[in-house]
Amino acid sequence: MSPFWSAWISIITLAVIFGCTALLLSTRKSEKYKEATKETTGHEFDGIGEYDNPLPGWWFQMFMGTIIFSLIYLVLYPGLGNFKGVLGWTSTGQWEEEVEFANNTYAPVFAKYAALKPEELLKEENRPGLLMGQRMFANNCSVCHGTAATGAYGFPNLTDKDWLYGGSVETIKETIANGRIGAMPAWGSVLGEAGVRDMTSYVLNLSGAADVDQEAVARAKPQFQALCIACHGAEGKGTQALGAPNLTDNVWLYGGSYEKIAHTIRKGRSGAMPAHKDLLSENKINLISGYVYSLSNKDK
Amino acid sequence: MSIETTRTTYNYKVVRQFAIMTVIWGIVGMTVGVLIAGQLVWPQLNFDTAWLSFGRLRPLHTNAVIFAFGGSALFATSYYVVQRTCQTRLFGGWLVPFTFWGWQLVILLAAITLPLGFTSSKEYAELEWPIDLLIAVVWVSYLIVFVGTVHQRKTSHIYVGNWFFMAFIIVVTVLHVVNSAAIPVSMWKSYSIYPGAIDAMTQWWYGHNAVGFFLTAGFLGMMYYFVPKQSGRPIYSYRLSIVHFWALIATYMWAGGHHLHYTALPDWAQSVSMIMSLILLAPSWGGMINGMMTLSGAWHKLRTDPILRFLVVSLSFYGMSTFEGPMMAIKTVNALSHYTDWTIGHVHAGALGWVAMISIGATYHMIPKVFGKASMASTKLINIHFWLATAGTVLYICAMWVNGILQGLMWRAVNSDGTLTYSFVEALEASHPGFFVRWLGGMLWVTGMLIMAFNVWQTVRSTDEVEIDNTIPQAA
Repeated sequence: MSPFWSAWISIITLAVIFGCTALLLSTRKSEKYKEATKETTGHEFDGIGEYDNPLPGWWFQMFMGTIIFSLIYLVLYPGLGNFKGVLGWTSTGQWEEEVEFANNTYAPVFAKYAALKPEELLKEENRPGLLMGQRMFANNCSVCHGTAATGAYGFPNLTDKDWLYGGSVETIKETIANGRIGAMPAWGSVLGEAGVRDMTSYVLNLSGAADVDQEAVARAKPQFQALCIACHGAEGKGTQALGAPNLTDNVWLYGGSYEKIAHTIRKGRSGAMPAHKDLLSENKINLISGYVYSLSNKDK
Repeated sequence: MSIETTRTTYNYKVVRQFAIMTVIWGIVGMTVGVLIAGQLVWPQLNFDTAWLSFGRLRPLHTNAVIFAFGGSALFATSYYVVQRTCQTRLFGGWLVPFTFWGWQLVILLAAITLPLGFTSSKEYAELEWPIDLLIAVVWVSYLIVFVGTVHQRKTSHIYVGNWFFMAFIIVVTVLHVVNSAAIPVSMWKSYSIYPGAIDAMTQWWYGHNAVGFFLTAGFLGMMYYFVPKQSGRPIYSYRLSIVHFWALIATYMWAGGHHLHYTALPDWAQSVSMIMSLILLAPSWGGMINGMMTLSGAWHKLRTDPILRFLVVSLSFYGMSTFEGPMMAIKTVNALSHYTDWTIGHVHAGALGWVAMISIGATYHMIPKVFGKASMASTKLINIHFWLATAGTVLYICAMWVNGILQGLMWRAVNSDGTLTYSFVEALEASHPGFFVRWLGGMLWVTGMLIMAFNVWQTVRSTDEVEIDNTIPQAA
């Protein structure tokens, strides 16, 4: 801040503190009676009189104590404008110290598993590492994917074998470290409302739904071949390299009802898995990947 | 009812109106509070309706208890006290009834717009800009009435109670106008004119001074009249009232930043708000000492007078919460207490224990006098109300202390690998018993308020009439 504002803050802060002190001391000095008294000030308001008692001693001392503490605090810590305080404390510095402490304290715990391949966590002797992965999942991932990793609307279930981008340990690590952006374009304006409805029937038919209007399916087929196969494949089985979902397995990220699917086609969808490589160390990502992998590979 | 002539009598009509609305809004505001406390125990109580959801009813609760209940109590008592201690009729003519009807309209609009989801999302300042404008007009009218009345006083000095009332009215004007400054984008939506951290600082400068001036200075004004009046004793120390008044209003202004410890607020602003909060302890306690010591020599009256009990216990809770506040403003303590139920317990130690108790005591004192009755219809019912309110407050605060410390400790607990030991939901589950006890405390409070309403109703319609003492003494 500019020297003007720094001075402004310092002056009014100290003015309030010293103003209180001056008022306190001058009132105490001018006391007519030093002991409890029955003398009043002589004013009376609606029958209420006012004694001219002195300020209670313990109260005066407490007041002075807080003032002295505050002045010392303002010397030690930042407070008076640009003055940094003689201790050099900053909240950023405190945070950095805590991060450093955590890194030094916990790094060895993770280092033990650094050389381990994530899939090796499935072995019984590495169970503590798997549990660490689980705890980090609870802290970092459960907000979207749920404490049991079963997902939620718009957030994939991680316990089944249905993977958008692939379920190998390497792919899972890549997903966690760099994140993913899943984008389904909106086709409403291209297909028109009738076209959207036909396409919905087509997609429902792919996943084996009963009672699908087969005429609509037939009408939508050329459009599907023209517009959708680039990502979802000719048979609608999806493409993991693009994160395009398999449409034939009746697993739905955004709901599998007629209206939900129609909405997905009409308006598109966009999903984001945030990148964690700047938030979590490689060793941590390794353990979380192993945990996520274990969820759908319990039999191994 | 005696015929009031404007020269020789006090204006009690507006006092009666506000006193009755104090009781009614108290019941409404606290009932909404009990409902949302219940929602935290039994979430089904939101009935799957947006209008009854916690997020919309919570601001309705805070606005109703602070501004409708507390506000009506402040209007009633300040109008009563300023007339009697200045020995003059209220100044302002039609502005006086305007403050009553205007304020009731503000409350009504709040009760409609908040459940509908219209909010500026600033805590304790949620009302949207058209209502904010109305508040400003009503509040400036209140200022004119009050200052005008003090100006035409027949006494040589201004009574200490009126210093506090005046500080409260003037500061609330400034707080409201500055913090509510916003750019409207439609009839019911506006955006604050302040950016980011400045907006946060402005909001908590407002928010904490709403506590400091609305809920503290105003009610200290009340205390300075009703405690000596009900106990029949002179104020303990005039000197103490001078020092604690000026120190209180000077330091409260700075304390708001303690709501933003360890945030984007600059370090210097956090430090200054912390030390000012600590210095605030002594000025706050000055009011408690002056009230408590005024009672010395009249302690025996507590045995027979439940109104005096309300006043004394309110001072005890005031002393406790004004010790707790500076302590919670210390960064190290705040790191544990912030964002937990401890804060909510602290607020209610002040709001129930201090603000509501002193308002209720003052209302019981005032109702027979302004309605021309010998006394309240039932002293026994006042006593039952007193015990319900005290027990309710204790249950509420203790439940929130336990919950707050529990939550603070659970949130910061870490495993040997640095991961958090508990998820948020686990801390929430552990809070469930405390939520229930809090609801129970609230139920006791609402029960007490219903008993009060019954007692007030019995008093107002009682035939035990006495001549109303509203004659202005002519020789000062």
